[in-house]
Amino acid sequence: MSKLKADTLWMSGNEAVALGAYEAGTKVASGYPGTPSTEIMENLSRYEGVHTEWAPNEKVGLEVAIGASFAGARALATMKHVGVNVAADPLFTASYTGVCGGLVLISADDPEMHSSQNEQDNRNYAFAAKVPMLEPSEPREAKEMVKLAYELSETLDTPVMVRMTTRVSHVKGVVEKGELQTSNVTCGINKDPAKRVMLPAMARKRRTAVEQHMQKCRELAETAAYNRIEKGDTKRGFITGGVSYLYVKEAFPEAAVLKLGMCWPLPEQKIRAFAEMVDELIIVEELDPFLETHIKAMGIACKGKDLIPNQGELNTAIVREAIAPGTGPQLFEPVELPTRPPNMCAGCPHRGIFFNLSKMKVFVSGDIGCYTLGFLPPLSAMDSCVCMGASVSIAHGMAKALGEDGFDKVVSVIGDSTFIHSGITGLINTVYNQSASTLIILDNRITAMTGQQQNPASGYSIKGEAAHALDLEALCRAVGVPHVFKVNPHDITETRKVLKEAIALKEPSVVISEAPCVLLPEMKTRKPVPYVTDQEKCTGCMSCIQLGCPAISWTTFQEGEAEKRGYRKKQKGISQIDEILCNGCGQCASLCKFDAITKGGE
Amino acid sequence: MKESGNILFSGVGGQGILLASEITVYSLMSAGYDAKKSEVHGMAQRGGSVTAQLRYGKKVYSPLIEPGCVDIQMAFETMEAVRYLPYLHKDSKVIVNTQRILPPSVATGKSEYPEEVLGHLTRKGIAVVEVDAFDLALEVGEVKTANVVMVGALSAFLPVDPALYEEIIRTRIPEKFRDVNLKAFAAGRQASK
Repeated sequence: MSKLKADTLWMSGNEAVALGAYEAGTKVASGYPGTPSTEIMENLSRYEGVHTEWAPNEKVGLEVAIGASFAGARALATMKHVGVNVAADPLFTASYTGVCGGLVLISADDPEMHSSQNEQDNRNYAFAAKVPMLEPSEPREAKEMVKLAYELSETLDTPVMVRMTTRVSHVKGVVEKGELQTSNVTCGINKDPAKRVMLPAMARKRRTAVEQHMQKCRELAETAAYNRIEKGDTKRGFITGGVSYLYVKEAFPEAAVLKLGMCWPLPEQKIRAFAEMVDELIIVEELDPFLETHIKAMGIACKGKDLIPNQGELNTAIVREAIAPGTGPQLFEPVELPTRPPNMCAGCPHRGIFFNLSKMKVFVSGDIGCYTLGFLPPLSAMDSCVCMGASVSIAHGMAKALGEDGFDKVVSVIGDSTFIHSGITGLINTVYNQSASTLIILDNRITAMTGQQQNPASGYSIKGEAAHALDLEALCRAVGVPHVFKVNPHDITETRKVLKEAIALKEPSVVISEAPCVLLPEMKTRKPVPYVTDQEKCTGCMSCIQLGCPAISWTTFQEGEAEKRGYRKKQKGISQIDEILCNGCGQCASLCKFDAITKGGE
Repeated sequence: MKESGNILFSGVGGQGILLASEITVYSLMSAGYDAKKSEVHGMAQRGGSVTAQLRYGKKVYSPLIEPGCVDIQMAFETMEAVRYLPYLHKDSKVIVNTQRILPPSVATGKSEYPEEVLGHLTRKGIAVVEVDAFDLALEVGEVKTANVVMVGALSAFLPVDPALYEEIIRTRIPEKFRDVNLKAFAAGRQASK
C-alpha cells in the first residue's frame, strides 16, 4: 500500500516558493530569469489569479512589484543574486517608502557559482538596504517563510527579502499543501505623498521610520519561532541558518544549535543567551562571515571563518572536517578522465558567429547567456565577460582607449534578452559618444540559457499568449545606429562577408544574427533533415571539426590504416556526423571544400 | 536492505536522468521514506557532466551526499560511472548503462575515450552491474524507455516493493506509454539480478 498522502507534495524549493506565494494571495509578480531563481516565476505563472510576468530586467521587476504593493496588492519580485545588484536602486528606497500590500523580494544566491559570474552573499543587502531577510533551509520551510514574509511586510510596513541558495532552490523535498491566506489590505488608489515621494525633506522623516520598523523587527525576532534554540550537548554550540543548518545537523547531531530563520535583523538577547549556554560557540555559514561579524560586534566570543571556508558551497563533510579534522571516511583518489564541459547544442545558431569571429583578429567583448560558451575550445572566441549588458559598453570603452587604431579591432556580442535587459543603454552611449565598434546581437528569439523563457522580443508572454514583439532592427536605427545588418548565422560564408564589412566601418554598426534556438518547442518537434558525411570524399582536413559541434566526431586512423582504406597516406583520420544528434543547420556543409558533407536524401 | 541510503545519478546533460530519479523518489516516498534530491540547472545542463543526488531515510537533513558515502551510483554513460570515484566506498554498487557519449576533446581528436574504464571500479572491489539499457529498451519496443530500464535495474537494490514502482509508473506516465514502460521496468529489474 502506498503511504503517499494526497496533500503531500514533492517539490523543489523554487516550486515551494511559488506555492507559498500563491497560498499567501500574491496578486502581482514580476522578475527576470536567472539560475537558480527562474522556476519560481515559471511555476507561479501556472496558478490562477496571479498576474505573472517576465520583466526586461530585475530593476523593472522590483519596481513593478513596488507599484503593485502601493496599490494594495501582495506583490513578489524574483531574481538571482546578481539581479539584486540591478534592482538595488529601488530596493534601497523601498525600505523608506514602506508598503501597502505585502512586498517580498526573493534573492536566489549561487554559492559555488554553478551558473553565475560571482558568488556574492546577498545577506549583505539586507543589512545595507535595511530590510528584514528570512533564510529557509529546505523546500518545506521556503514555502512557510514566503507566507511569513508577507505577514511581516504588512505588520512592519517594509519590503522583506527571502534568501534562497542553489541547494535550497534546486533541492526537492516533501512539502505539505496549506491554507490560502488573505491580506487585510484591499486594492485601490491610496495617495500618501509624504510616505511615497522621496524628496529629501520627506526622505529624512522616513529614514527615522526605517530605524523604527527595524527596531520592531528586532524585537519580534527575539521571540519568533523561526529563530529557535535546539537543545543538545552544550560543549560545542552552533549558530547557523539557511542550508548550512542541515550540514550542522548531520555532522554534529547531538550538539546544541541556534537556528536563525531570520538572518537580519539579529535577535541579540537570544544569541547572548545561547552563547552563555555553551562552552564553545561556532558560527557555521556559507560565504561571508555575515552572522559572525555582527555577533562579534555584540562583544560575543565565537569561532567562524577561522575554521569554515569563506568560498564555495559547504556540505556535511566540509563542516565536520573543519571542526573535527580526521573523522571522515578515507576516500578513493579521483581518476583523470577527459573533461565534459557544457557545449552549445548541435545546430546552435551562435556557433556560426563564433566560428567566424575565431578566424578574425578581433577582441570579442562578450556577455551573459548560452553564447558565453563561445569562450570554450575549439571556438575560443570570447575575450571578456563581466555582467549583463557589459559587452557593449566595454567595447566602447576599449575603442575610446585604443583611439583610431582600434576602431576595427573590437567587437561586442550579446543575446536578444541580454540586449533588452541592459545592452540598449550601452548602445545609446556608443552612438552618442561616437565610437565605431560593432555590436552583434544574437537573436535566437528566446532567453535560452535559463531554460527557454519568453522576452519582449519573442512575441509571447510568460503564459505563452501573443505579445508585442520588439523590433530590434528598428530600435537600433531609432537610437541612431547608421548601419544595421541582418544575417543568417548558419550561412558561414555570407556571415563572414557581412561581419567584415560591418567591422571595417568607421561608424557604429550592429549585426543582428537571426536564427531560432534549437531548443524552442517548434524546433524540437520538427524533423530536421540531418547532414551526412561521404566517407570516400572526406580528406581529413578537419574544417568541420573546428566548429566543435557535438554531432560531428573525429576518428584517428591507426598506423597504415589510411592507405589500407584507400585514403592518402598522410591522411590522419576522418570525420563523421551522428545523424541522430544532427539538427540540420548545414554550417559544416558550408565549410567543407570537398563536397563530403551533404544534406541527407540529396 | 539498508533503511537509509545515498544514490548518485550521473550522466550527460540531455539524457533524461531526472525522470529516472523522480520515479525512484516517488517509490521511496510511497514506501514511507523521507527523501531529498539535489540537482544543478543552468550552465551545467548544456551537454556537460550532470549529476543528481538522492538521499532517503527516516529523516533526511542534508540534500548533498558526502564524499565516500554513495551506496548506489546509477551511471547513464560508461565514463561517467568513474568520474565521481571519491564519492564511492568499497561496498558501493555501480549500475552502468554501457553507452558511450564522446566528450568534445575526444570528438575533436584531442584525446582518447579511456579503454576498460570500469576497471578503475572493479579493481577496488566495487560491484559493477552493466546494463545495456538501449538494447533492452529496443527489445521492449521503445528506445526512449532506456531510463525506465535503469530505474528497474536500480529497484533491485532498494527496499521498495516492485508493486509500488508499478503503481507510480501507472499514475505518472501517460496511458499510451504505460505498458511499454512497465515492460522496460521489468526488463531492467531482471537485468540487475
